[in-house]
Amino acid sequence: MSAPNGHDYRSVAGGSLPGHRVILGTDRPLKLDGGGELGPFTLAYQTYGTLNAERSNAILACHALTGDQFVAEPHPVTGKPGWWELMVGPGKPLDTNRYFIICVNVLGGCMGTIGPKETDPKTGEPYGLSFPVITIADMVRAQKLLIDYLGIDRLFCVTGGSMGGMQALQWAASYPERVFTAVPIATAARHSAQNIAFHEVGRQAIMTDPDWYGGDYLRHGTRPQRGLAVARMAAHITYLSEAALHRKFGRSLREGSFSFGFDADFEVESYLRHQGSTFVDRFDANSYLYITRAMDYFDLAREYGGQLPKAFENTKVRFCVISFTSDWLFPTSESRAIVHALNAVAANVSFVEIKSDKGHDAFLLEEPELHATLTGFLNGAAEHRGLR
Amino acid sequence: MSAKNGDHKRRYERLRADLRTIADLIRPNTRVLDVGCGDGALLDYLIHAKDVDGRGIEISQAGVNACVEHGLSVIQGDADVDLKDYPSDAFDYVVLSQTLQATSDPKGVLSGMVRIGRHGIVSFPNFGWWKVRLHLLFCGTMPTTEALHYEWYDTPNIHLCTIYDFVKLCEKLGIAIEESYALREGGQARGFRATSPLANLLSEQGIFLLAHR
Repeated sequence: MSAPNGHDYRSVAGGSLPGHRVILGTDRPLKLDGGGELGPFTLAYQTYGTLNAERSNAILACHALTGDQFVAEPHPVTGKPGWWELMVGPGKPLDTNRYFIICVNVLGGCMGTIGPKETDPKTGEPYGLSFPVITIADMVRAQKLLIDYLGIDRLFCVTGGSMGGMQALQWAASYPERVFTAVPIATAARHSAQNIAFHEVGRQAIMTDPDWYGGDYLRHGTRPQRGLAVARMAAHITYLSEAALHRKFGRSLREGSFSFGFDADFEVESYLRHQGSTFVDRFDANSYLYITRAMDYFDLAREYGGQLPKAFENTKVRFCVISFTSDWLFPTSESRAIVHALNAVAANVSFVEIKSDKGHDAFLLEEPELHATLTGFLNGAAEHRGLR
Repeated sequence: MSAKNGDHKRRYERLRADLRTIADLIRPNTRVLDVGCGDGALLDYLIHAKDVDGRGIEISQAGVNACVEHGLSVIQGDADVDLKDYPSDAFDYVVLSQTLQATSDPKGVLSGMVRIGRHGIVSFPNFGWWKVRLHLLFCGTMPTTEALHYEWYDTPNIHLCTIYDFVKLCEKLGIAIEESYALREGGQARGFRATSPLANLLSEQGIFLLAHR
């Protein structure tokens, strides 16, 4: 992949993980919302499909809190399918025969992009809590440098669910001329008090684990695995719905009877413990702190005097906003608020609420209507963009 | 090119008769909001045959999903609630076909239409049509016709009116009627305006092109 001259980048070897890496911000560091600077820094990303000659068929798929760049291939650490394999691939809604799919591990992540577990070149030690606090807008600024580096003038689409949807909204607001369509799914223009509260529970679980060592655990040769597992367990409940939990587990017992103790008697307990324990193998606890913080700080209207419509004034971006009926973490009312703001500036917007009992996680799961909506929306947009 | 024209012709022929009259009123390359767009047939035709920038609002989620799956820009919403969100003069045309009688605030909806659009286009079943009058006179039950096919107990049509009522309301709201069409049974346009003297008796439906005065 060649990039236009004059961009500040340096390619680096892939390290132990598959996929691409690039060093950005070598000439000019990335200015962060928190006041600090970052640079040079590494972004790890993965691509699927082929960029066409006009460079007009690129789709940026943005991952959620605990996702990463491995969208549509077995995960290199867990061996499990990519987080959006149902959506990305030949003949799928994000059709790799037609589109060039890019997914970037976010700033602050732990799969190759710079984050708190990487080594600070100034000290030779892992950053830990000396890593600057980053925002959703910072993540998007970093992604924009990558899109520059790839020589893509305008993304055909930016999409993602949950925190990925926040990035899609931020892209449309910050770089409207670089985005043809934005598809924010199961997301909000600001993180609600309830969601901040859930995140705080998770962070406290990590920070009260004695193995956290004030964020310095890597130097102590350990990791706050119990705290991170509890954080994951609590968060995982918020991704499901009561109906989904009931359907999956009900009150089923693992051994058929009560143990009259505190082992995992119920299937649902066992499931959550499994979720917690497998998560710690692939995720860094400090990354979890930084990324949840970025989501908490997200309030798109804040940059625009509290007026969300101002974020989209005169926008030419075509939007497709999608929510799910049983998602109580990012309920339909949040998507409706986005749609109202877009209507207030007469933006081109579609809005679909999909009936599902799978809760927030529905965007990752088999939901034929979600897939049909996205396929149809992208087909219509491709016609307008003149894509074959 | 001829294949494309044939495609447009097929789309046109599939339109409900009153929608064909509405489609003919809309100039190419304009911005159109179709309120109550149903399955999106009118939008689909206008976008492809007239290159309009078309958007829709539809109350049924199933209708919305079907529209978006066909590449149309449609949101789930309600004429009574959602028109207020839009800025003034955001569209060239705001279309409300066979929906006015089902809104809870027809006055607010009409005013909203001509505020956010340079023109409003409204079609509705005429309760003054002779068949409706005779139905009530001879049967003594609430009239049901092709356009008014609901029973009184399950009808969404809570604000039915005659063409004469509608013209009077437009006057009251300061809304100009720029053009009007009287439709015969089956939806074909008659040769006279809906505002002409006998239209209230002879037309099953009326179509009006409105503007803010």
